[in-house]
Amino acid sequence: MKREGPGNTGEDMVATNGADAAFAIELKGISKAFGPVQANKDINIAVPKGTIHGIIGENGAGKSTLMSILYGFYKADSGQIFVNGALTPIPDSQSAIRAGIGMVFQHFKLVQNFSVLENIILGAEEGQMLNSSLAKARKELDRLARDYDLDVDPDALIEDLSVGHQQRVEILKALYRQADILILDEPTGVLTPDEADHLFRILKGLKDQGKTVILITHKLREIMEATDNVSVMRRGTMVATVKTAETSPEQLAELMVGRKVLLEVEKGVAKPGEVVLKVEDLRVRDEHKVERLKGVSFEIRAGEILGIAGVAGNGQTELMEALGGMIRATGRASLKGADLPLSGPGADGQSRRAAGIAHVPEDRHHHGLILDFTAWENMAFGYFNDPDYQKNALLMDNDALRDDTRKKMEKFDVRPPDCWLPAKSFSGGNQQKIVVAREIEQSPALLLIGQPTRGVDIGAIEFIHKQIIALRDAGAAILLVSVELDEIMSLSDRIAVMFDGRIMGFRDPETTDERELGLLMAGVTGKGEAA
Amino acid sequence: MMDYGTLLQILDSTLRLATPLLLACLAGLYSERSGVFDIGLEGKMLTAAMCAGAVAYYTGSAWAGALAGIGGSLVFALIHGVTSITFRGNQLIAGVALNFLASGITVLTAQSLFGQGGRTPPLTGAARFGELTLPFAEALRPVPVIGPLYADVISGHSILVYAAFVIVALTWWVLYRTRYGLRLRAVGENPAAVDTAGVSVNRLRFSAVMITGVLCGLAGAYMATALQAGFGKEMTAGRGYIALAALIFAKWRPVQAMGACLLFGFFQALALRPDVVERVVHMKVPVPFLDALPYILTVLVLAGFVGKAIPPRAGGEPYVKER
Repeated sequence: MKREGPGNTGEDMVATNGADAAFAIELKGISKAFGPVQANKDINIAVPKGTIHGIIGENGAGKSTLMSILYGFYKADSGQIFVNGALTPIPDSQSAIRAGIGMVFQHFKLVQNFSVLENIILGAEEGQMLNSSLAKARKELDRLARDYDLDVDPDALIEDLSVGHQQRVEILKALYRQADILILDEPTGVLTPDEADHLFRILKGLKDQGKTVILITHKLREIMEATDNVSVMRRGTMVATVKTAETSPEQLAELMVGRKVLLEVEKGVAKPGEVVLKVEDLRVRDEHKVERLKGVSFEIRAGEILGIAGVAGNGQTELMEALGGMIRATGRASLKGADLPLSGPGADGQSRRAAGIAHVPEDRHHHGLILDFTAWENMAFGYFNDPDYQKNALLMDNDALRDDTRKKMEKFDVRPPDCWLPAKSFSGGNQQKIVVAREIEQSPALLLIGQPTRGVDIGAIEFIHKQIIALRDAGAAILLVSVELDEIMSLSDRIAVMFDGRIMGFRDPETTDERELGLLMAGVTGKGEAA
Repeated sequence: MMDYGTLLQILDSTLRLATPLLLACLAGLYSERSGVFDIGLEGKMLTAAMCAGAVAYYTGSAWAGALAGIGGSLVFALIHGVTSITFRGNQLIAGVALNFLASGITVLTAQSLFGQGGRTPPLTGAARFGELTLPFAEALRPVPVIGPLYADVISGHSILVYAAFVIVALTWWVLYRTRYGLRLRAVGENPAAVDTAGVSVNRLRFSAVMITGVLCGLAGAYMATALQAGFGKEMTAGRGYIALAALIFAKWRPVQAMGACLLFGFFQALALRPDVVERVVHMKVPVPFLDALPYILTVLVLAGFVGKAIPPRAGGEPYVKER
């Protein structure tokens, strides 16, 4: 009996058209504009069958737009899509699924309070009743788990699964719909190095079974490790497609940015001075009374960068916010010997800044900037009471503030250097430069800096890293939190690894490696036991 | 203490009074499970009551009245859907606006049709839903305790009362056993998951809002053609809001919604018999306090005293594809 379902048709397509076509996906002349912004300009790309194809580019280069077009989320203004050699219009996601294309989004599209099984069948049910669909999915899931090393408990609720497992559910969802072409958008952003390695093993397994994988990322290392071919995008255009084996990270970075880039951070030896920040037994509970920070203690000296490594959500955010005066905490903290109140009066951002602590928050859109406000208005946040910005007892000196903003924008090469533009009209990198300029130019004794280069293009990353090093060399203590292990390894003078609200250990970046840090990030201590 | 006869009387009115709450509550359940908050249950019920009262009077048929009620309520549901789903307007504001509209337009229409001060003329005979006597009601009456309970409480209601309880079971089955239910629950939690699975979010939400319209229509028709005999100004008297309170109290689950509506119906029945309440608690309890009990309980639930009520996660937010 013929049954309806997206999966079957996908299989038919491969069987009828796909046998001799060399390319799983071929895009010809794809263009897409959002208003005045040309997100994709005349893109041509051909992805050979049974390969892992990387697409790399900076934020805003148009990678995600291109893949959204391929998955039917957007309609291209012009251009053609060929799937397995056949011209295939993809007006909606349903057509993409029918054509055998599966997508794993950066932000998972899972229903949190559904079971794995329910999420898998959603939209691909067998008929009106659920029971038969669930039974079939359970059997199919069992087979997929064996074939691809994709082990997940089918009855677990999504909200109880780790991010790594949630990602596997997304992959299983695509495979259950009999996808032959799998697109993964920035899949490793939320994973530990170990989980990322496991993911790449899964992808290799998929490739061995004849599936085609498209991997979108901005991490050069992943491209080098996992792909067969790589296409580089810059400002909405496809600048090159090369064999991975015949290229180098340096060449790819140059293609991405359009000029030579220093991938290594140049920094001299640290000369730590006296203790600036001392933290003892810091604890934070969230609104549900769950302890998020479970007794953290450390010191940072003047002229030293302490990097906090860890998978997002293991207490780094709470640590930064507690020290920045944004949330309440218990324990003790002192700055140059003077007590820092952790709750009650004095535990607020204003007092912290007055005490000499500058804070570049992890989430610049929610905590670092007001996007609808102008650059110069944003430059005053946290420093409204700065004597330099006062005209008299009642009024602020906006002219002085604007002059100051212009100087900082020039020094930090913020483009365009127009202090009247609202913050939202700057690119991610330039927004971040505004925040970093505001905080660093106060010459703080301690800088708290979270995810300094998240959503920032390579050129700006280089610049921001230099500024952080310069502040260190000027004698400031710096607490750096980042989920980018490369960033932690290259900037830090000492590394602390956080897991489940605790510091698992301190390491010297010169003597440790990603493997060791990765194990600590997963909560495994040196003796190989889970903490 | 109260005697058994009085208890049965109160339970009987509990069922009558719980029915419009239950129908409206289930109506709200569909809409809110799909991610569309509906504060306009009240307005839809009121419109339905007016339409049902007027058409039942003209045709002399309660069934025609009920259909008209459903039709009137559907028009309002359609407006709510177009505003908050198609044009992504604020769901709460759309609901409030519809309530105001209903409040005015029902009286205006009834006045211009009948000129009786915004009421519809009293309904008699087949223009009202009659009371069904269940089989063996009289035969079982002599059986102690259970007999009178069956004959006086369970038996003797209009067909809409029984329909409401059947719809509870039906809703449970739809929600947890069918494909539509799975998608409905999913779209209220994470519409992006539904969208990327190739299912239209807007179509799903529209279908849910239309079901809400049908059930609110039944609730309003019950008010005008069964509970009472005709439409009167503001006759729903906040029942749409109590139904919403019951929905929160039940944490958006059908069987629990039935329990909550029966409880709130019981309070309403008590409010009609302050003499009984006074006899039982040996103290004069103000009627407004009894009227307020459903809301007080709801506030306690929202404050987290009776377990946490987590609404569908995507509720209240129009779905926009992200870039």
